[in-house]
Amino acid sequence: METIKYEYAAAKPVKRRAHVGVVGSGDLEVLIEPIEGGIAKVVINTSVDGFGQVWKTVVDRFFTHFDGCVAIEINDFGATPGVVLLRLEQAAEEIGQ
Amino acid sequence: MNAPTDWRKFLARKSFIELDARERTKTILDAGSFREIVGPFDRLKSPWLPMQGIVAQADDGVVIARGTIDGQSAVVAAIESAYQGGSMGEVSGAKIAGALECALRDNEKGVPTRAVLLLETGGVRLQEANLGLAAIAEIHAAIIALRRHVPVVGVIGGMVGCFGGMSLAATLCSYLIVTRQTRLGMNGPEVIEQEAGIAEIDSSDKALIWSLIGGEQRSRVGMVDVLVEDDAVSIAEQVRAMFTRGVPAVHRAADLATYVARIASIDTSQQLTGVQLAALWGKGDSQ
Repeated sequence: METIKYEYAAAKPVKRRAHVGVVGSGDLEVLIEPIEGGIAKVVINTSVDGFGQVWKTVVDRFFTHFDGCVAIEINDFGATPGVVLLRLEQAAEEIGQ
Repeated sequence: MNAPTDWRKFLARKSFIELDARERTKTILDAGSFREIVGPFDRLKSPWLPMQGIVAQADDGVVIARGTIDGQSAVVAAIESAYQGGSMGEVSGAKIAGALECALRDNEKGVPTRAVLLLETGGVRLQEANLGLAAIAEIHAAIIALRRHVPVVGVIGGMVGCFGGMSLAATLCSYLIVTRQTRLGMNGPEVIEQEAGIAEIDSSDKALIWSLIGGEQRSRVGMVDVLVEDDAVSIAEQVRAMFTRGVPAVHRAADLATYVARIASIDTSQQLTGVQLAALWGKGDSQ
């Protein structure tokens, strides 16, 4: 098990929070909620060690078009990068971004 | 259940099995009344799983929601089977026990509050051992205390089924609703095969397993009250119908005379098949 943290500059205030997914085999849960301070914080708890570079690439890609001031918590149980990105997009859709 | 399947109805139905715990809860409560208690953002996670290298889920795999059922105050507790096999840990177990205890207090104060358990669990979470077992015992005690006031309705939708200490919780319920797809038993077939050998039970033989502990068989021998199709609307209707029946005069788990006599009627020198057991026990109280 590994914990990874990232921060991104963010501009858009967010009003809602959302929870999607499940910590089940090949899946993950995403908790997304508003924070102050022109920043987005990401905490990833993953069951699979040693994939830091892949996580960085996936989350970087999400933040090329996402600009909300949010805290994101990811609890991952071996999801593939595609599934991770889909769950992040689903969470963003739920909060109306 | 043996009637020819109405395919149009089958295709139009909303599967209960395919819903996650939160969505299942919403289908049971009156539309729009769902209000989650101790949800994922409260982050009451298992403190024990990360110590053992396992990622914890923010709600520990249990959804507790208040709302109404047919306009009356209700609480629904649902187990998420995709997370750790729906296993009961210290936190997830305490959430269910606490929800039932709150409903008990409401009933004692004169506010009738209904309780529904959506069970989908392999039983105790082995990583949390005694703490999970203690929580399950609290759930048992809470069901017994609560069912004096209002029916406690259990639903085992499938596909995990309901095993271990939580199978006892299921049978303590006033009424039990199951689908054909589900299973209800103390030890799962894999555990029995592992402990007693393949000669005792072949856990890969699905027809055999379901003939012994499947929802339809449990219905035939009168160990559950209602056998339903995997349809969220039917299941919600059946839950309401159980509350209309009211508190049973004698709860199944308290009906010792019937069940002691049933066990006494079995010749244990022979290995019974599911069909033989249904012939022996399937009299009257199965629907």
